[in-house]
Amino acid sequence: MKIIVILKQVPDSETKIKVKGDGSGIETDGIKYVISPYDEYAVEEALKLKEKAGGDSTVTVVSAGPDRTVESIRTALAMGADAAVHVNDPALEGADSLGVARALAKAIQDNGFDIIFAGKQGIDQDNSQVPSAVAELLDIPQVNIIAKFEITEDKSKATVSRRIEGGEETIETSLPALFGCEKGLNEPRYASLPGIMKAKKKPVKTVDLAGLGLDAGEVGAAGSHVKILKWIPLPERQAGKILQGMETAEASKELVRLLREEAKVI
Amino acid sequence: MTIPIEMFNEEHELFRAQCRRFIESELAPNADAWETAKDFPDEVFRKVGAAGFFGIRVPEQYGGAGGDHLMASVWIEECSRAGSGGVVAGINMHGLIILPALAQLANEEQKQRFLVPGVRGEKIGALGLTEPGVGSDLFNCASIAKRDGDDWVLNGAKMFITNGCRADFVLVLCKTRPEDGHGGFSTLIVEKGMKGFDQGKRLEKLGWHASDTAELVFDNVRVPSANLMGQEGQGFYNAMANLEWERLMMALGSIAASQLVWDRTMEYVQTRQAFGRPIGRFQVNRHKMVDMATGIEAARQLNYHCLRLLLAGRPCLKEVSMAKIFACEVTDSVATTCLQLHGGYGYMKEYKVERFFRDARLNTIGGGTTEIMKEIIGKLIGL
Repeated sequence: MKIIVILKQVPDSETKIKVKGDGSGIETDGIKYVISPYDEYAVEEALKLKEKAGGDSTVTVVSAGPDRTVESIRTALAMGADAAVHVNDPALEGADSLGVARALAKAIQDNGFDIIFAGKQGIDQDNSQVPSAVAELLDIPQVNIIAKFEITEDKSKATVSRRIEGGEETIETSLPALFGCEKGLNEPRYASLPGIMKAKKKPVKTVDLAGLGLDAGEVGAAGSHVKILKWIPLPERQAGKILQGMETAEASKELVRLLREEAKVI
Repeated sequence: MTIPIEMFNEEHELFRAQCRRFIESELAPNADAWETAKDFPDEVFRKVGAAGFFGIRVPEQYGGAGGDHLMASVWIEECSRAGSGGVVAGINMHGLIILPALAQLANEEQKQRFLVPGVRGEKIGALGLTEPGVGSDLFNCASIAKRDGDDWVLNGAKMFITNGCRADFVLVLCKTRPEDGHGGFSTLIVEKGMKGFDQGKRLEKLGWHASDTAELVFDNVRVPSANLMGQEGQGFYNAMANLEWERLMMALGSIAASQLVWDRTMEYVQTRQAFGRPIGRFQVNRHKMVDMATGIEAARQLNYHCLRLLLAGRPCLKEVSMAKIFACEVTDSVATTCLQLHGGYGYMKEYKVERFFRDARLNTIGGGTTEIMKEIIGKLIGL
């Protein structure tokens, strides 16, 4: 089986994000980058499937991003993935989800695929659009936010579960298909030391948009349908107000008035 | 020519991230509970094994990773984040001292019996060198094994043995031909449940509370000859052969822990206010922070120098002994100063500096005291 994992590199959730003074983006100095956590579930599920399917099954990681993305690709290779395709093109900086999806879909198509796993969303911008768009572009079924995954013996169908309000939804789909992975699907493994030492020798194919036969003016930032106009930092928390020197009854009244008229929450 | 500044490359950093994730999610959250219980479950060994961290220095054919001292150093540095010196002591005694010794000295049959399950954390090992009356003067070891048919009959006792109570097997240094001097020692693998082998009870300690530290007693224990590790008569030399690395491990671990405590103290002195300003803004405290940072940096660089020598296969007994003295004394003073900077809170268990203060005290004692290190260096410089 040709198993594909779509992977995104994002700032570590523990990194303190600072917005640039001119609002054009975030300060990238000192940011530690990691695999988007939901994509780790995708890597793990892909590796589990490879172990189950056996034979000549392979796991290929496909990722779009700048040079630094290779570090995260290597981590996935160290966990056990076999190969990777790195779509690296400056024109993708500022591309919208559809543009990125077009690049990824083409790279996946060129590589060949039987099944695709992705995280349900990237934890940086939380758009949750790329996996669905890739599935659409490849014209295959997709189920997002899956918490359980089963595949039939002949690998023609998969049964997956999604958590829904008050219960669980079970869906059966033909393959190939794309699955967006949710927390709880599995416990991502640690990259073993032998795995880390072997990762360097595994093939990482780097391609740009031209190499994929795509037009940077269409797929890249220039052709983007969505433009980020400005980044605005969260407002600093205001100091609280303390009602002092009043009787309890009077203070309660004043508190209700302030909540109603100033804070406008009741 | 360009001299590389960083010893650790991309692979080491990738490994470091894995170590950190494991330690912060599997060990650190339980550290308080284990310290209070003065114990940590055997299950922890299985987890470390399953995640592959016991095999760092074990060849791949026995389930290990075949990594070198540098990879092991990454793990040691990250272990400071476990939040309990006792837990780290137990894990690393097994993974970084016992298992590499088996890989180096045990025969194939012994490797299958102890090393392979050891890498998985299914069998736990301990090392029996120190005795109630013998420390660094190992030559005066009083444990004696006499040949009787196919067995060795072992008598004696071992003291301050990490993993002592829970150990499935102990590598025991004893005299097998006392008349042969240094060439009269051997190492026997004594197993849990052997008749006459008493694994004692946990010793109460100042620090390292979660560690299982025991006194072991051997009363006419019949050890089959199949459990002789390495060559008969080579025990003393084998025990000495790895002391450089074991001492460097302590130096590396103590400085990584010092750095972590320094970082936390830095945060504290920047937020804690007194007389209208953060206490770190008082010159007296600022200088304390600077002195500690200088000591830590100097110790770290001496440690790394030793690591380079060790990796290059160069003799480094003198340098390692110096590194152990320096790192452990720096750590001792960092522990005292950081606790002082935390004031009353430093004396409280809630702030981790209290535990560090107790745990750190071991460093200038274990693995050869500062005074013994100085005697070694004294001899090496010809005085």
